[in-house]
Amino acid sequence: MKLLHDVRLMFSANMIHSLKSPIFIFINMFQPLMYLILYMPLLGGLGSVPGFTDGNTANVFIPGLLVMQAIFGCAFVGFPLIDEIRSGVIQRYLVTPVSRSAIILGKVLRDVVVLLAQCILITLVALPFGLTLNPAGFALSLVLYVLIGAIMACLSYSFALIYKVKDALAPTLNTITLPVSLLSGIFLPLALAPLWLQYLAKINPFSYGVNATRDLFVGNFQSINIPLGFIIISIMSIIIFYWCLQSLKKMTT
Amino acid sequence: MNSDCVIEIKQLQKTFVLKERGKKRQVEAVRGVDLVVKRGQIFGFLGPNGAGKSTTQKMLSTLLRPSGGEATVLGYDLVKQSDKIRQNVGFVSQAGGANLAFSGTENLVLQAQLFGIDATTAKRSAAEFSQRFQMTSYIDRPASTYSGGQKRRLDIALGMIHHPKLLLLDEPTTGLDPQSRAYLWVEIQKLKDDGVTILLTTQYMDEADKLCDTIAIIDHGQIIAQGTPDELKRSVGGDTIVFSFTSPEVVHKAEELLTTHVKLERLQVSENSVYLTLKDGEKTLPDLLRLLDGSDLPVHSVTLARPSLDDVFLKYTGRSMREDGEKQ
Repeated sequence: MKLLHDVRLMFSANMIHSLKSPIFIFINMFQPLMYLILYMPLLGGLGSVPGFTDGNTANVFIPGLLVMQAIFGCAFVGFPLIDEIRSGVIQRYLVTPVSRSAIILGKVLRDVVVLLAQCILITLVALPFGLTLNPAGFALSLVLYVLIGAIMACLSYSFALIYKVKDALAPTLNTITLPVSLLSGIFLPLALAPLWLQYLAKINPFSYGVNATRDLFVGNFQSINIPLGFIIISIMSIIIFYWCLQSLKKMTT
Repeated sequence: MNSDCVIEIKQLQKTFVLKERGKKRQVEAVRGVDLVVKRGQIFGFLGPNGAGKSTTQKMLSTLLRPSGGEATVLGYDLVKQSDKIRQNVGFVSQAGGANLAFSGTENLVLQAQLFGIDATTAKRSAAEFSQRFQMTSYIDRPASTYSGGQKRRLDIALGMIHHPKLLLLDEPTTGLDPQSRAYLWVEIQKLKDDGVTILLTTQYMDEADKLCDTIAIIDHGQIIAQGTPDELKRSVGGDTIVFSFTSPEVVHKAEELLTTHVKLERLQVSENSVYLTLKDGEKTLPDLLRLLDGSDLPVHSVTLARPSLDDVFLKYTGRSMREDGEKQ
């Protein structure tokens, strides 16, 4: 009960903080649309390439684009946290009896709400491009995007809590997002990749998330990719959240 | 526990492990502090940068876990009952911790709610503190627009919003202009009058002298002297009284008279002046004036100099606090 109260409190504080800057809302909504408009036309000629079923590039690209949004949109949320650490805001939270989990969950929840809005906007705009959508499958894949976003946000917060300075944070996050996104088949299906790259992709948990959402979009519910994606992404999000919580608690040791 | 004691510390220690070029190095920030803070006091930690003042304070606020020793705060065990301590202690760090994008009111309301206070009461408390600290004219502006003194007031209000019995202030006036300092001193004094026990750290001798009932001088992680400002000053030695006379003959007679009649620590003569070092100079001075006057030795001028906390720090550490600051 106390956890719920605290999470609600921290979530609304973080959400209000974000909404206070209109540029934040504009950029966050506009930036993903640029991928849609500037990148997707490039894929038009790839219909005959392995991995693109029935020549429908939108159905390969959009689920991947949404995963990318989850990864990149949430990867850099650690930067404002460093400001909060340095200006004593986090310390001010920590001297109160507020639940430590709530301090992190309040932030992550804000991040995934923003992500959800982005995902829905991208999908709506993509419908005229020939995206076929199974509504139930889409709703389920939103859950996956939220979990993937939460993993990235917690990773970002963990490093922010450990480093406490911005210099080291950007290179670290870039080093993580680059292989993670390339090896998840976001931009192009991994069917195109040489074998060694495909094996490497198998140890990237996010690739299971991408595979699961591609099947969910077209309503291919029998696919083993779906439960596999959910299990791996869920386990991963629990582990990373726990790590993030420990990083926060470590500030008071 | 003695109900009069708000803080009781025995051999409190804090050791940090630093990694430097892959090698681990231990830094003893606090090495065995014993301390008792009585209810209703303003207790001051005085010491240079890096002396261990803030580290000790952070341990008492549950922000740092002690490496050794025991402590009770408001009767609660520092390690085992940290939630109880958080609920009843206010802490204002040097950084302050106000969210600059939020207005003063938004900051105060959120802070109150973090302590489990409901929204209506939180809003009422925020308005009360805004009145009390004279913040009403700017309280609804974003905190990013506040001056140093205005922000400091908000920081202290944030630390007080849940009506704690003990308030920890980490260098409350560092970096403030003289007017804001004077104002905060008055406010801190008022909090004490309301029955709040206050433990503050400071690098300023005048602040410790003016504000604190008891002072502990901290250096290299240890308390090297403790007492009321007066006790500490007295421990340095006596006060200095300088009598100036109109002619050398009078000086000579006065010297004889004073050495025979008064218990002095030291007497020096230089030109037309007599320098006396003695205990309780303030109280002795009127007697001395009467004595000299009665013996027909007219005093031209007189000055009384009491030792300052600077002298106290110098006595116990062998160096002045200012030198220390310059080194860093």
